[in-house]
Amino acid sequence: MESSELNNNTNPQATSAPAEKGSSLWRDAWHRLQKNKMALLGLGVMVTMCIAAILTPWITVYGYEEQNLMLGASPPSAEHWLGTDTLGRDLLTRILYGSRISLAVGFIATAVALLIGVIYGTVAGYMGGRVDAAMMRFVDILYALPFMIFIILLMVIFGRNILLLFLAIGAVEWLTMARIVRGQVQSLRQQEFVEAAVSIGLGPWAIIRRHLIPNTLGPVIVYTTLTIPNVMLLESFLSFLGLGIQPPQSSWGLLISYGVETMEEYPWLLIFPGLALSITLFALNFLGDGLRDALDPRAAKD
Amino acid sequence: MSENNKENILSVSDLSICFKTRNGSSKAVDDVSFEVARGETLAIVGESGSGKSVTCYSLLGLIPQPPGVIESGTAQFKTGAEKRDLLSSNKATLRSLLGDKIAVIFQDPMTCLNPYLTIGEQLIEPLCQHKNKTRTQARKRAIELLKEVGIDDAETRFGSYPHEFSGGMRQRVMIAMALITEPELLIADEPTTALDVTIQAQILDLLDDLKKQRNIALIFISHDLSVVANIADRVAVMRAGQIVETGETQQIFKRPQHPYTQQLLASVPSGPKPTQAFQPGPEEQPLLKVEHLKTVFEQGKSGFFAPRPAPTIAVNDVSFELRHHEILGLVGESGSGKSTLGRSVIQLIKPTSGSVQLDGQELTQLSPKQLKPLRQRMQMIFQDPYASLNPRMTVFDALAEPLLYHRIATRKNVTAQVLALMDDVGLAQADIRKYPHEFSGGQRQRIAIGRAIATKPELIIADEPVSALDVTIQAQILDLILRLVEQHNLSMLFISHDLSVVRYIADRVLVMHKGKLIESGDTETLWANPTETYTQALFAAVPQRINEK
Repeated sequence: MESSELNNNTNPQATSAPAEKGSSLWRDAWHRLQKNKMALLGLGVMVTMCIAAILTPWITVYGYEEQNLMLGASPPSAEHWLGTDTLGRDLLTRILYGSRISLAVGFIATAVALLIGVIYGTVAGYMGGRVDAAMMRFVDILYALPFMIFIILLMVIFGRNILLLFLAIGAVEWLTMARIVRGQVQSLRQQEFVEAAVSIGLGPWAIIRRHLIPNTLGPVIVYTTLTIPNVMLLESFLSFLGLGIQPPQSSWGLLISYGVETMEEYPWLLIFPGLALSITLFALNFLGDGLRDALDPRAAKD
Repeated sequence: MSENNKENILSVSDLSICFKTRNGSSKAVDDVSFEVARGETLAIVGESGSGKSVTCYSLLGLIPQPPGVIESGTAQFKTGAEKRDLLSSNKATLRSLLGDKIAVIFQDPMTCLNPYLTIGEQLIEPLCQHKNKTRTQARKRAIELLKEVGIDDAETRFGSYPHEFSGGMRQRVMIAMALITEPELLIADEPTTALDVTIQAQILDLLDDLKKQRNIALIFISHDLSVVANIADRVAVMRAGQIVETGETQQIFKRPQHPYTQQLLASVPSGPKPTQAFQPGPEEQPLLKVEHLKTVFEQGKSGFFAPRPAPTIAVNDVSFELRHHEILGLVGESGSGKSTLGRSVIQLIKPTSGSVQLDGQELTQLSPKQLKPLRQRMQMIFQDPYASLNPRMTVFDALAEPLLYHRIATRKNVTAQVLALMDDVGLAQADIRKYPHEFSGGQRQRIAIGRAIATKPELIIADEPVSALDVTIQAQILDLILRLVEQHNLSMLFISHDLSVVRYIADRVLVMHKGKLIESGDTETLWANPTETYTQALFAAVPQRINEK
């Protein structure tokens, strides 16, 4: 079972095992992720997009509301790489400005959903019994509220505010996350390693943090990568109804919905914003898949 | 035993199977040859991963291909005047043989029966499929068979669903199902492993009777040598895909030739505890004192509005004492409440009433916060080393957690302590950064034991700590436990259904039946003359080693 060669190493300090920190799951995950080329590509694309979004005001030649009515909707050219829209605004500029809104909504709203959903779901699943029943009935009630009415109510009470948009979307998206996590935790809670943790004397919070949440990461990551594009489209829907951001500001969702209207005459107005969203979606999916595998120590080691 | 007039119904020669994965190919079965005759029981014995199940399943076309590849070999199956090579037969031929001439009994009767169909429906299915019987004819035959395998009131039970049967009854149904087409070859894959020892004895008797009456050939796959000794005519011992030894049962058990067979036989715990160092002072205060402990489970979910069904009493008025430096065995069959008792003692389950005192301190009234410092002094080892370790924590994390949480170690010196602990339980220090799935079952149990002794507890509750392990590994872990108990001056409540294991390790034994403690005493005294009828039945049902017969 134990090879004698390894046991010769009697001085514990002398072992090279770099095992001082508790966060080894994450460090191991990072090592594994680095071996996954597609995931790294996805990560690279996402980082590039985020940097581009942040630097937009400095890297764009045109302003996002700078119109050139003489030009009208023109196809891609040397001056306007991705063409212009019906008002003669540079499409590349608008996509870049749009990415600031879309990515921010996507990430912040999803992060809100993730934070609330995972904690809420884990607590409900771990506590079980009446606490669980009460917590999940509350989720059911929120589910039953029509989404539009919920958002409009928020807007009426707190006024129109881009931060509120993030919060509102996040506040709706966490419901599904909570349900997924709760289901996972319920089955994990039956496992002996949780009992073992209790018998060591760990408190509920330590068990949730150290034993339960890390084991729910697989489905959570998959659902997260699905939520981000979902949220981006939700934003355009709200903006379309006049509840989100207002023209002349832009977001990918808005650009796409304008693009759809003029699809037959000016197809590039749909294609390029659509492409931007698709690339993000692909990148996120590869990254999410890679992360899920990387965070599961049982996944085959190469 | 196998007289010359008996014809071989199945002869397998030079069978080799390998599994091709992307990490290369591994040989599961390596040049295996054996034969079975009518009216004969061949037992294939081996530890997990030895290829015993793969061998038999390959004959039935039940191994997944890919990744499995049958590299060579023939399996001549003789039925009537016909002779067929099972390995080169096509799927349709195999299907017509399987369930007709060849039948299989699987390990876990619950997962092999469809929960949505009545057992009658499932019983008559092969008759209608293979023998073109009408439903009425098939029903009549099925009821006869149910009676034959010992199911009372067969007409009514015909319409029952699998969950309405107990484990042993379900296995009887499985046997009836296997026999219904009058097969000539019966393959039983660990048919009694999931069953209690008294039920196991009944099922073994039943299989033996049926084999004799019907003159069928039985291939009995098992890891349990004592079971094999009782049922087999011949034994084939498998290790790492090869048959290392074949022979008459008597010969294998009395004069094993191959070193592995000898090791296997030596690993079976037998006889009394090797060291009887423990001599308790009578005046000494017991470490653990349990009085009138009762644990009741509410049935079903307690909803906001739903009325509650009658509760189950899992532990009923149990009192016992555990002295310092003593290993107290707790035996009983599944459902007897022994695990619940263990968990109630260590306050993983809140007992309903009664008292549990650790060194004079009452535990049942304490809040989780008050319990925390006491948790250091009592730990638990669980049955399934695959479930009791967090799959996302390395060995280091798992062992460091209790040390850091109870502030026994600081971040600075925790590594040294973890390494010392790994040394103590016989794990290689270089494995410190590995995850549980990279270890074998025995090594995992070592990690779990290391975690339990990390806080230097006085009391350890071990809930079936070796039941999930192979017999050679089991022997190693038992010796490890005995050594640690000695070294660290531990006291232990050792819960097990395996009587020979308990006899090997325990100083005193408690017998539990239906939630009640029915008998207790010093191990050897109890073994010599059990007083309660249930205890006697329990001991009688233990398959006897052949050399004790």
